[in-house]
Parts: sequence; C-alpha cells; structure tokens
Amino acid sequence: MSGFINIDNVSQIFGPNLTTGEKIAAKLGARVETRSVRAVSDVTLSIRKGETLGLVGESGCGKSTLGRVIAGILPPTTGAVTIDDAPVMENGTKVTTRVQTVFQDPFASLDPRMKVGNTVAEGPIAHALTTKSEARSYVASWFERVGLDPVWVERYPHQFSGGQRQRIAIARALAMQPDVLICDEPVASLDVSIQAQIINLLLELTRDLALTSVFISHDLSVVQHVSDRVAVMYLGRIVELGPVAQVFGEPAHPYTAALFGSVPKLVLDADELVHFDTIEGEVPSPLSPPSGCYYHPRCPLATQTCGTTQPITQQISDLRAVACHYFEKQLAEGVSD
Amino acid sequence: MSEIVLSVKNLTTHFFTRAGVVKAVDGVSFDLARGEIMGLVGESGSGKTVTGFSLLGLVDAPGRIVEGSVKLNGTELTTMSDAALRSRRGREISMIFQDPIATLNPMLTIGQQMKLAIDAHERVSNRAAKARATQLLTQVGIPSAAARLRAYPHEFSGGMRQRVAIAIALLHRPAVIVADEPTTALDVSIQAQILFQMRDLARETGTAMIWISHDLAVVSSLASKLAVMYAGRIVEQGPTATLLRDPRHPYTAGLIASLPAMAKPGTPLTQIRGTTPSLLSLPPGCAFAPRCDRATDRCRTEPQITVQDSRGWRCFHPVGQNTEVCP
Repeated sequence: MSGFINIDNVSQIFGPNLTTGEKIAAKLGARVETRSVRAVSDVTLSIRKGETLGLVGESGCGKSTLGRVIAGILPPTTGAVTIDDAPVMENGTKVTTRVQTVFQDPFASLDPRMKVGNTVAEGPIAHALTTKSEARSYVASWFERVGLDPVWVERYPHQFSGGQRQRIAIARALAMQPDVLICDEPVASLDVSIQAQIINLLLELTRDLALTSVFISHDLSVVQHVSDRVAVMYLGRIVELGPVAQVFGEPAHPYTAALFGSVPKLVLDADELVHFDTIEGEVPSPLSPPSGCYYHPRCPLATQTCGTTQPITQQISDLRAVACHYFEKQLAEGVSD
Repeated sequence: MSEIVLSVKNLTTHFFTRAGVVKAVDGVSFDLARGEIMGLVGESGSGKTVTGFSLLGLVDAPGRIVEGSVKLNGTELTTMSDAALRSRRGREISMIFQDPIATLNPMLTIGQQMKLAIDAHERVSNRAAKARATQLLTQVGIPSAAARLRAYPHEFSGGMRQRVAIAIALLHRPAVIVADEPTTALDVSIQAQILFQMRDLARETGTAMIWISHDLAVVSSLASKLAVMYAGRIVEQGPTATLLRDPRHPYTAGLIASLPAMAKPGTPLTQIRGTTPSLLSLPPGCAFAPRCDRATDRCRTEPQITVQDSRGWRCFHPVGQNTEVCP
C-alpha cells in the first residue's frame, strides 16, 4: 500500500449493548435484538496525497461511518487507518491532529454558549499551535481566510446564518492545520444559493493548503464537481471506485449505473417529460443483509452466483476497482476474445 | 384552454409577531389547470411552504391571510368558515408533507388511518373502505397491499411511509394536491420511483399538483410549469423548459448557474453573493436587489410583473431579454 491515507481492511460493527438482564432474557427466548449491523464491511482503500475522494451512496450505506473512522472519531471494530504511515488511532483514542472534520449541520456542530472565536481557538491552544495571548489574531487570520469578518470572533453561533456557521466550522477544522479534511455532507443543510459559495470556498482552500480530502455526500452532482476519485458504497461495501470522469461516464457496477440513472437532472432542452431509470425495491435492512452480492435482489443482471458468492474486488487499473460478478465475467470474456 | 381548477390571486399571508410583521407570502398569484403539475421553487424562508398552507387554510396564529383570493373549482376558500373548509380539505384539496414519520399516527395501523380518512367525508362499509385503501396502496407501489393494511407506520421504511401518505392524500380523488418537499427526506433511488409514479398518477387521475421543492432538478423533470419564490414573492413563473433554458429574473438565472452540473468539474461555481434577507426587514423595492449584479437605483421601487406570452417576471433589468430567442 502506497497511499497517503491507507484504510486497511476496516470494518465497523454496531451491536446492541445488552445489559446482563437482557442477555439472560435473550437466552431464555425473549425477543431481544441481538443482531448487529455491519455498517462498514472490509473496506480497503488508499488515498493519494492531495487527492479529493468522494464517498457516495444512499442513506445507511456506511459512508458517514467510514468518514468517521478515517477522521479518528470512531475506533474501527477491525482494521486500521494510517495517514503518512502513522496510525490515526491507538487503543481506541485518536492520536493525531492531522485529520479534521467538517460536519453536516453547522447548527449542531457549534457550541451555542461559546463565542465562535473561542470555539475555533480551543483546539489550536490545546495542541500548542498558538498561545493564549496570540490566539485572537491567529483565529482572526483564519476567519479572514474563510471569508468572515475577523471582528465577528466575539459573537455567538445564533448570530450567524447557516452559510456563515459552516464557514466557522471550516475555520475550526483548518485552524488545526490538518493535512486531511473530512467533509461529511458539508452543504446538505444549506440553501441552494449558499451551497455554491461553500463549495467554492472548499475547492479554493483544499487547493491552496494542499489538503487531501474525503468528501461525503448523497448529492452526486456535488461529488462529481469536487472529487478526483469517487467510491460508491452499498450496504457497507465499496462496490466501485475510480476517477470521477470514468465512474460517472462509464459506470462498471450495475448499482452505480442505476444510482446515477435515478438522479433527477435539470431538464433544459426538452418540453417532453424525461424518463426516470428507477431502481426496483429498496435497500435491504443492514441487520439482515442478503447473501452473496448485497445488491443482487435489486440487480437486473443478477445470476445464481450473485446470490451465493460475494464478488471479489477486481482492480481494473491503478485507480479503478469494481466488485461485481457480471463485470468480472465480461472482463474475462473480453480477454479471451 | 384547459379547465382551471385552482386560481390564486394576490394571496398575502402575514405573521404578526412581537418582533414585527413577517410578510411570509406577499401577493402570490397563479392558476392551475386540471392534471397540471406546478413546481414551486424557493429557498428556506422564501414563503413556499406558507403558500401551500395558506391554500388549505392551515395557517395558525399569529399568521393570517390578510388579502387575496383562493378559488378552488370556482369556490372562494379564504372567506369560508372553518367547518366548510374542513369538509373540503382532504376531499377536494389535500396535502402531502415533507416528513412522513410526523404525518402518520404511530398508534394506528395503516388500514385504520385510511378508514378514518375515508370516514371524514363519506359513509362507506368497512369492506368497501378496505378495497379502496388496498387499491390505492397498490397504485402507489406498495407490494402485498391488503396484508400491509394491518401494519403500523414503524413497520414501513421512509419511502414506503411517504407512499402511504400519498395514498391517503389520493383517497378522495382531490382536484388539487399540495406536496411540500415530499421526497426531500428520501434516498435518490426511492425519490426517482415516487416522482415517476406521481407524474403518472397526475396524468391518470387528472389531479393537479403543486410540488414545493428547493431542488430545481427534481421539479424540472416533473412539473410542466414553474414558479420561483424569493422573500415571499413569486419573482418569475412560466413553462418549465422555457424558464430554465432562458431565465429572465437574475435570481432564477443565478440559481441555475450555481448548480454544479452547470460548471466544469473542479472549476469555481457561479455563486450568488450575500445571504437571504430576513423577512422582518426586507429591503425596499426588489428584495433581491442587494444580492443582484444588475441592480440599479430603480430597483429601490417595487418592480411590477412583466407578462410575455405564457410567462411572467418581476424585474426591471431582466436577463437576456434583448438577445434574440431562437424559435
């Protein structure tokens, strides 16, 4: 593995925290939920320095959980994440400041009772990136960097709009001088006219500060715009990974193709109503995922093998990988021709 | 000209709060024909939801409709008594809300809730009610509908719950359905299924729909005409494709240009500067002027609606009007 960020065989399993009483009750045959959810399932991935990796998928596919594991917020059940060969976590504790996160909801992610300047200064002071006496000018410089008036450091979160709060959250993450930025749906809770402002800011900052970033979003057009590579997740597994133009242009996995097909596109050139390519059925419960390929019950191309055997991730090129039996078969036939 | 089922004229809804008068809806007018789907687009606080609520007479104190008229099949709704309005709500005009978890009663089975909704306006036997409920659930794409009538809302997924809410809205074959961001909380693959079905339902049943959304792409594939709201006003309306291809109001143009799909990947997006104004302290004249690149002194007075063919806009300096429009 040679990436800047290496995600090695990471799984995240959430099980019910049973009390002793519940365990006994379950043994005696009471209806206690004992199953666990594999939110992320054996994900191996490497991200190159300076790259922006987009993580897409429907809700419950594990994209946010994977983001949190990379960010060192959640200790993975198995596997490990390293940044520049240094572990992100040791014994369940985050041991690096090189990765920081911008969360979805800037109304929930800022302490309402703390002046925003103090919120931004807290981390850098604790990690000696600045001193208490210099904190004010340090924070002010980051405020300017994200397009906020530096005099606003004395204000409280409720005095800001959603877009401004997201700028504060970005300043807080960047004030830690990270190498890696995890953006978990950073524009999903913002108004449409504000989204473009924040996307532009993130594009500019990741370029100027040479950040490596992971951009999580359910909005495919946003991911397509900001990412170099994209990973498509389904029920905790990465089903396809590759450069944005390739994955969006020629999706190899039937799920990727169907997901892109079901996104409403802006209809400009026709008064005719467009046709949607809808995916049949719904995402199965992660408590009891189907056997074999998780997508096979909804997949129009599924064969018997898909129902019994989990497809192995095939590396097509350096940057591209697909986990699909159908694609494997096509690839094999293509070679034999 | 097809038959107009809903005619809204100068609808004005204000909220009288301690901080001042909030002009949530300020002079909104539009017509809706049978089977037509209109997209009502705007950002949060633009008044699109309050417009929807006003149509059904659902605005609570301190808010109230202060002016204007809402005519449903020729009958005025704004002056109607609560009881009279209640007898029409759900039967002639109904609403689908954003959050299907909050709309369904967790204590009752889907079958019981659908029976209650039928009983509100008609006397039918249990057997007939069940048959109608089953038929509608099937129509909105719920598998083994008859068995699912005995299930509780928590036994359904988010997408299925929204389908149930849609089926309930359709129970009395209303003339108009107001759908307030019904697919916003859903996954894209489920959203596509529901949009597809709604379009077919509108065509089959002749029900007209107002589809409230912040997502231009969603409404562009669904609605035949669009109304764009900003700060309580409709700033532009017209046929969907025309309006999106050739917007007149700078706000509409800005919204379209800011979509990632409009830019080359990795390049900066066209952005609208500033933030949405507070409805308590709107700038005089055109509310968009402080954010607008085309604004002049003239914009401090209120622009009136310019009507051209089947479209209209509220702007002194419309985009692209001097350029030739190709036929």
